[in-house]
Amino acid sequence: MTPFRTAALAAMALGAASLAKADEITVGMITTLSGGGAGLGVDARDGFQLALDTAGEHNIRLVVEDDAQRPELAVQIAERMIQSERADILTGIIWSNLAMAVVPSTVAQDIFYLSLNAGPSALAGANCHPNYFNVAWQNDMLHEGAGAYANELGYENTFIMAPNYPAGTDALAGFKRYFEGELAGELFTQVGQTDYAAEIAEIRASGADSIFIFLPGGMGISFMRQYEQSGLDLPIVSAAFTFSQDILPAVGAAALGVFNASQWSPDLDNAANQEFVAAFREAFGRTPSLYASQGFDTAKLILSAAAKADVSDRDAFREALRAADFTSVRGDFAWAPNQHPIQRVYIREVVEVDGEFTNRIVGTAFDEHRDVHGENCPM
Amino acid sequence: MTLALVLEQVLNGLQFGLMLFLMSAGLTLVFGVMGLINLAHGSLYMIGAFCCAAIAGVTGNFWLGLMAGIAAAAAAGALIEVLVIRRLYARDHLDQVLATFALILILSEGVRMIFGPRPLYLNVPDMLRGTVNLGIVDYSLYRLALIGFGLAVALGLWALITRTRLGIQIRAGESDREMIAALGVNIRWLYTVVFALGAALAGLAGALVGAIQSVQVGMGEPVLILAFVVIVIGGIGSIKGAMVGALLVGVIDTMGRFLLPRFFATFLDTSQAMGVGAALASMLIYLLMALVLIFRPKGLFPAHG
Repeated sequence: MTPFRTAALAAMALGAASLAKADEITVGMITTLSGGGAGLGVDARDGFQLALDTAGEHNIRLVVEDDAQRPELAVQIAERMIQSERADILTGIIWSNLAMAVVPSTVAQDIFYLSLNAGPSALAGANCHPNYFNVAWQNDMLHEGAGAYANELGYENTFIMAPNYPAGTDALAGFKRYFEGELAGELFTQVGQTDYAAEIAEIRASGADSIFIFLPGGMGISFMRQYEQSGLDLPIVSAAFTFSQDILPAVGAAALGVFNASQWSPDLDNAANQEFVAAFREAFGRTPSLYASQGFDTAKLILSAAAKADVSDRDAFREALRAADFTSVRGDFAWAPNQHPIQRVYIREVVEVDGEFTNRIVGTAFDEHRDVHGENCPM
Repeated sequence: MTLALVLEQVLNGLQFGLMLFLMSAGLTLVFGVMGLINLAHGSLYMIGAFCCAAIAGVTGNFWLGLMAGIAAAAAAGALIEVLVIRRLYARDHLDQVLATFALILILSEGVRMIFGPRPLYLNVPDMLRGTVNLGIVDYSLYRLALIGFGLAVALGLWALITRTRLGIQIRAGESDREMIAALGVNIRWLYTVVFALGAALAGLAGALVGAIQSVQVGMGEPVLILAFVVIVIGGIGSIKGAMVGALLVGVIDTMGRFLLPRFFATFLDTSQAMGVGAALASMLIYLLMALVLIFRPKGLFPAHG
């Protein structure tokens, strides 16, 4: 081969490579992979990755970084991903306080933010944005389901508790919006709190007939283990986060029989979901949690939009995202005008199947549920 | 607000304080004797909890797990001292902070590689399950046992420091390092033993607390911050200060979370009162630390007069 032909070939190869680059979509995933929230982030990442791995050929480049559940770190990572990685889409944030720190500045720079978990009320109403999509839910939604179901269970005097951060205040607001009984007490705990002795004493003294909690990740594990040892035996109603597959093995039998509201469950009977659950178990050797299902759905949504439009044409890509032309593992999926889902909210019960603690659907709280904040969204 | 509730909260505060004492005792000893700031102390707490959970999971016996947790933390402590810490005694505190911070990252990542990112679970031993009736309140038997454990260890530590040859050497090391080396005490050996002892106490605390919390990577860091608050309040290097500081922090933190929301509820509506109360309660121990630093800059019981 003459030097000239080598050079020409190299030039062609480089040309082809840069051509491929032009239509490549860079997705920056900022998620929690260490500390008490690691289980959530790991599942969301694995679900997302599974969707890419099973998609066949695609043009998505995924960059993942750990935010350690710290807002200032999440902001730095987001800047780095936009500046040096040239990310077109950011996703992955689990915690609402981190989302509040990252999302507004991201979408203002004409980068898409697709939330696979956090859905703070502040971003769903007046501050909604055309570049911000929430594939999971608005924070209040599942807690509203728990509130509605608490009425059905006949609870009249419920003690409610959540960590003091945006998703915690949304959780209590959502529960109270539908719950018709009295509140025996209301408590905010610290984010990442590990000892709940003081709170359990309050619950004991309050004379409540039931408890509503929102304590995702390690917080839920700690609370449930201490609750089990406290001699208190009040029924608990909750949203899926506190009784999700990522913490059930660690909580064990203490969680059996707890009702929790969710848009998804591993036993949800549709073909896409059965396939997803089987593939996830095969790939990672464990049952997926709702975070994994949300990661999977988010990747599916991006893949569906990528098949229709070039991400460099933001308007066309936005329309492709709005079409939501993918099969969600939760079943029917549609956008409300504020780009948050309209979806069914199920009630699940924690059960033991073949020695594994998991959830099973026992009812429906809402059929086509959408969040209340969307009314204030100008879109 | 009933007497039963107040009693339960006081017990909760004591239990929390005694577990903090186990953490702070090691930290303050290491600082007092060797002048070393050890940020990796929380990692030893984590190692204790993980080894306890792993061994208890395999054998089904909590006590074996507890022994393993203490042994593993002590062994890890001794190893770290010989390999890394020994090179840092002569350096300034910033170098020590840098090196021991690196140890946090290495140990956290190591534990994650071995045990995975998901929390482990550790069950309360059968004989300590359930509650015990204390007259006006049913209290968790395990938490009551933790109070007992904490007091027993505190007593043992006091006896060790004041009544044994090792204790004399430790106290001598605190007041004059050069002199005891000149008097023929093997100072290298003494440092390793003190470091391993502190590590064992941290491992013990991690294993004991692991049974009622989530055993997870990074579990030591929040406790480490509190332990630093404790030794700053108590006086760095003083075991007595660590005990008093730990009980103060434990009780004030618990009672703050309990009483502040009630106080605000007398003139605010419930949701607001809960929010403001919770926020202020989480600051309370730092306010206490600031006050102590203003009026007693060397802590309540300064070790070096």
